[in-house]
Amino acid sequence: MDNPLLVLGAVLVLAAGTFAMRVAGPLMRSRFELPDRVQQMLGTAAVVLLTALVATAALTDGDGHAGIARPAGVLVGGVLAWRRAPFVLVVVSAAVTAAGLRLLGVP
Amino acid sequence: MRSIWRTLDPGLARDIALVCLADGVVGLSYGAISVGGGLDLWVPVAMSLLVFAGASQFLFVGIVAAGGSPIAATVAGLLVNSRHVAFGLTVSDLVGQGWRRLPGSHLMTDENVAFALGQDDVRQKRAAYWACGIGIFVCWNLGVLVGALAGSVITDTDAFGLDAAFPAVLLALVLPALKDKATRTAGLIGAVVALAVTPFLPAGLPVLLALLGLFFYRPIRTTPELEAV
Repeated sequence: MDNPLLVLGAVLVLAAGTFAMRVAGPLMRSRFELPDRVQQMLGTAAVVLLTALVATAALTDGDGHAGIARPAGVLVGGVLAWRRAPFVLVVVSAAVTAAGLRLLGVP
Repeated sequence: MRSIWRTLDPGLARDIALVCLADGVVGLSYGAISVGGGLDLWVPVAMSLLVFAGASQFLFVGIVAAGGSPIAATVAGLLVNSRHVAFGLTVSDLVGQGWRRLPGSHLMTDENVAFALGQDDVRQKRAAYWACGIGIFVCWNLGVLVGALAGSVITDTDAFGLDAAFPAVLLALVLPALKDKATRTAGLIGAVVALAVTPFLPAGLPVLLALLGLFFYRPIRTTPELEAV
């Protein structure tokens, strides 16, 4: 794995940056209002990043394909989430599906 | 502080407790995935205490475990957490005054912001924000610690399907926001871009390039939304 100091530095920068963004709103309070458009863009940027992460984490492994078991598990979890199943069920079903398919020899 | 628990409506307290427990279970998987992905035990534990933002933590570990640079992982994590600026402006009255602003801000999550927004009067909003924030902080960190300890025992997390649990968690978190058509378009285009460049670019960059999807973001409504992302 990577140099532990580099990882520690990355964790600390992420922690400090995240706290700064969290405290920015309360510090600015009512004196300053972000334009609706900017707020909307911030929220959408997060959704876009997360969607892309779902796609790449589900379908790719390194530079190649992730096989069938993993995307199948994510699909099952996604359908359950769409049907408003409890969060715990979504997580467990995705894992069980992928693990079960692998037991059956599906890559 | 004691007044928080007295103010809380019993039905609301139950809903909050359920969400905290669910987050604890997600924390379990986060801890196990992190250690299973090759990180030392202290990394997920320290991140959960200091960063305390699930989506960015999963993103960080996903990038680093895939061989990406911790710097790219940090940039991606900060981008994901930038929505807290908008959250903070929305809940600034609930976070508290003086020194309480510091713990109050650190406890900011999608869940407790969403819970607070769902209440009618300011006292209930404040109680929901703090109770949910404290509850999630405790459950999340305990879950991560136990999961990381278990993950160091489990050598092959793929056999348990934990590699599928991670994207499924993110998908469940992001689905409500994708109901909005403009957001969905931007997200899908971003995902396609990321998938298309994955074979050619170092890990981490494809996800960042997904932000190109924002150029296709054409909102219809003007009211800002705070969805559980």
